[in-house]
Amino acid sequence: MRTTALLLCAALALSGCANRLGNDGGDGLSDDGFANGGLASGGAVPGSADDPTSAAYFQQRVGDRVLFAVDQSTLSAEGQEVLRGQAQWLNQNPGFTALIEGHADEQGTREYNLALGGRRANAVRDYLVLQGVDAGRLRTISYGKERPIQVCSQEACYAQNRRSVTVLAAGAGV
Amino acid sequence: MKRLLTILSLSLALAVPATAPAAQDGPLRLTITDGVIEPMPIAVPPFVARTPGATELAAQISQVVTADLVNTGLFRAIPPEAHVTRVSSFESPVQFSDWQAINAQALITGAVDVSGDRIVVQFRLWDVFSQAPLGEGLQFAGTRDGWRRMAHKVADAAYSRITGEDPYFDSRVAFVSESGPKSDRQKRIAVMDYDGANVQYLTSSDSLVLAPRFSPDGRTILYTSYETGFPRVTLLDVGSLGRRTVGPQDTNMSFSPRFSPDGGRVVYAAEVSGNTDLYLLDIASGATQRLTTEPSIETGASFSPDGRFITFDSDRSGSSQIYVMPATGGTPTRISSGAGRYTTPVWSPRGDLIAFTKQNAGRFHIGVMRTDGSEERLLTGAFLDEGPTWSPNGRVVMFTRESPGAQGASQLYSVDITGRNLQLAPTPGAASDPSWGPLLN
Repeated sequence: MRTTALLLCAALALSGCANRLGNDGGDGLSDDGFANGGLASGGAVPGSADDPTSAAYFQQRVGDRVLFAVDQSTLSAEGQEVLRGQAQWLNQNPGFTALIEGHADEQGTREYNLALGGRRANAVRDYLVLQGVDAGRLRTISYGKERPIQVCSQEACYAQNRRSVTVLAAGAGV
Repeated sequence: MKRLLTILSLSLALAVPATAPAAQDGPLRLTITDGVIEPMPIAVPPFVARTPGATELAAQISQVVTADLVNTGLFRAIPPEAHVTRVSSFESPVQFSDWQAINAQALITGAVDVSGDRIVVQFRLWDVFSQAPLGEGLQFAGTRDGWRRMAHKVADAAYSRITGEDPYFDSRVAFVSESGPKSDRQKRIAVMDYDGANVQYLTSSDSLVLAPRFSPDGRTILYTSYETGFPRVTLLDVGSLGRRTVGPQDTNMSFSPRFSPDGGRVVYAAEVSGNTDLYLLDIASGATQRLTTEPSIETGASFSPDGRFITFDSDRSGSSQIYVMPATGGTPTRISSGAGRYTTPVWSPRGDLIAFTKQNAGRFHIGVMRTDGSEERLLTGAFLDEGPTWSPNGRVVMFTRESPGAQGASQLYSVDITGRNLQLAPTPGAASDPSWGPLLN
């Protein structure tokens, strides 16, 4: 549901959308949504999550991450939807390049997980290229299991750690 | 760090009777493969201080010798308080009846001489019930800061003579020293003596570093560094701390390096367009050769000690398994066959076994199997055990054990290849990815 709303936002870049997201946002971003909602109709604060051309907008509204199943690098339907949003945004904002990080959960040995993270990052890269993003703007890196974002050592956390994160940088090529 | 120590291994002609029975024929012999249940009682009375300033050092050396032997799980030290006699002279005849009375089967006597910065350590090993020396006396000389190495040399000699195995105490371990929260671990390459002493940090924590691997001569270390922004195989000189990335720089990620037994080549994994394969690098020329071409993940490669084969893990079958192929590439043979996922194979320096990590039913194990995959034996089991490395004599395996949860931390453990004697290797903080270096000269 939330993903769909985000994508709609990304596609339309409408002012009211951010406000609605703010209301039903389930994470720490909702405060921003409220605070900046009033500005959206006339133009968001540049660089804020309400500025559709900002990296913050990409990260928070388009969605910068895709989750993976255990030991897999195939993209789920939900993941593909997020990536279509990423591709559209990247195509509309050519002033950015992206580093795609691949991550794994801790259920695996260190070097295998590095390779697995590499697979995941490349699956994302390949999908973005299929969606028309210039391959020269994309680069991948794997962190294996070295940078978990959740540390509970249970599936609820592992599921969040098996991810790709698309990190933007200003510039025309990588 | 330059080791200032020079060790002279001299036969002490004095007091060794020409008619002493050959050590190998004596009754004092402990065969490790029997799976020792009852440790052999030994006595290591404080070494004799030959000079007034040597008393404390002599006591410390005796303690390190004792710790080395006891920590193998093969020996039990009879505490000095239980000794019924004192050794006040290294040259005086041993009162065997006094040591027989407390059932000490082996006795180690020693003496320490300090002269300025120079120390001389002498020792003898005695078979108490045969009332005979076990091998010749030895003398080690060096600078004071090398006293622990001399103690390890003494213990190595005693261990070798009693077990018939090659020594391993005088060796170092490279590892990753860890600090900070689990979500933002800071990592540094470090080295220490095998028993945790003399820790030295070789890199800063400015960039992520993983999985150091000692060269066969112990002078350099390969590891994976993110210093360039991307994971790269990096070569570090332990003495000068100079370092450089090695191998082609155009691949996206290079990692999982290991030296060939001659130290001239590196087998490593590189990821290109999401596919990780194995490559061989000639260090001197920089030439590389691709060894595998499957679309699956191939990583974790390790040479056989004769340099003819490489073992590695691959998920080409659908889950990670262990394979062996010629070191020049070619058709690999799968050797792992049990349930679960097998990774990180490492060939024993003796050539007879391959140690590995096994993941099955939510647990991790360190195990060993013969090089054809037969006789698989799991040595440990825990939430997360991984990355075995062999002691120089192929009798002990050290590995990383990480505890679960937000407070989870990595530690180094060792276990012998019979699965007995699990020991925590002391490190100043959390530690991972041990690589056991060669026996020092």
